[in-house]
Amino acid sequence: MNGLIGKKVGMTSLFDELGRSIAVTVIEVPPAYVTQIKTIESDGYEAVQLSSFKKKANRVTKALAGHFEKADVEPQKVVTEFRDFQFDGINLGDEITVADVFKVGDRVDVAGKSKGTGFTGVMKRHNFSGVGDSTHGQHNRDRAPGSIGQSSDPSRVFKGMRMGGRSGNKRTKVQNLSVAQIYGESHLMMITGSVPGPNGSYLEIVIKD
Amino acid sequence: MDKLRLIEQTVMKDDLPEFTAGDTVNVHYRVREGNKERIQQYLGVVINERGSGANKTFTVRKISGSVGVERIFPLYSPFIAKIEVKKRGRVRRAKLFYLRDRQGKAARIREKETVNKK
Repeated sequence: MNGLIGKKVGMTSLFDELGRSIAVTVIEVPPAYVTQIKTIESDGYEAVQLSSFKKKANRVTKALAGHFEKADVEPQKVVTEFRDFQFDGINLGDEITVADVFKVGDRVDVAGKSKGTGFTGVMKRHNFSGVGDSTHGQHNRDRAPGSIGQSSDPSRVFKGMRMGGRSGNKRTKVQNLSVAQIYGESHLMMITGSVPGPNGSYLEIVIKD
Repeated sequence: MDKLRLIEQTVMKDDLPEFTAGDTVNVHYRVREGNKERIQQYLGVVINERGSGANKTFTVRKISGSVGVERIFPLYSPFIAKIEVKKRGRVRRAKLFYLRDRQGKAARIREKETVNKK
């Protein structure tokens, strides 16, 4: 499982070889540095910790500064662990670029924090279909959740009952997108379709095995 | 945003003429029939432009027979071989949807008077 850290730039569209317009998301993927290698002997599982997006040295906590120094890497903003990272002869402090990991046509999963939408009803939050009928004297029930339980037995609402509430701003993964284009020199890549979060948010892009 | 614009430039063509709502254009559109490709012409009035950058599209309205036909073209579509501007129209709004409710004489658009023409 190989992946990298990216930053959402925005969406645009491309034309494929058949002339069809395809929606794509542009993602900035600067070189990532290996800041820790976890092994079964020392940590009980295998993973590689990558860091990207440069950060000013005076903005780093001493603990993290020491961590970066160990790998001989400049301080970075985003530190993410990728489990079961397969990369031959990987060493602490190595630089990994977009072109090293991805190629056009690869299938990828993209995880990020979705846009926070505040308090939303049950239709937007859980895809309920609403109750209301537009006729038969009904009103005010168009977007209602419906029954939330029985009366005398159990006489309470079960825990976990899906209701309205704060939505979004949660880690979300979109699966099986494909890599449309890679710009190695400018550290950009394009992925078909949409990815979670607002422009400027950080993403984990992982190749599907 | 700048990075996005950089990328969009790879899609955008710069050999297209400038035109806007109210102009009469002839769009040369590549049509695939089996393996053969030919060019179809579509002449009409631009009634709408929307989007920006690589996503820009425009709508061309024409009267075919006695039926109004509207076609939306992505401006940078590789199917567009050529766009000819036939007439520059003088209109007072960006979206000419009012033309849908008009017929014949009422649907005419005044031509823009340019200094060069006189």
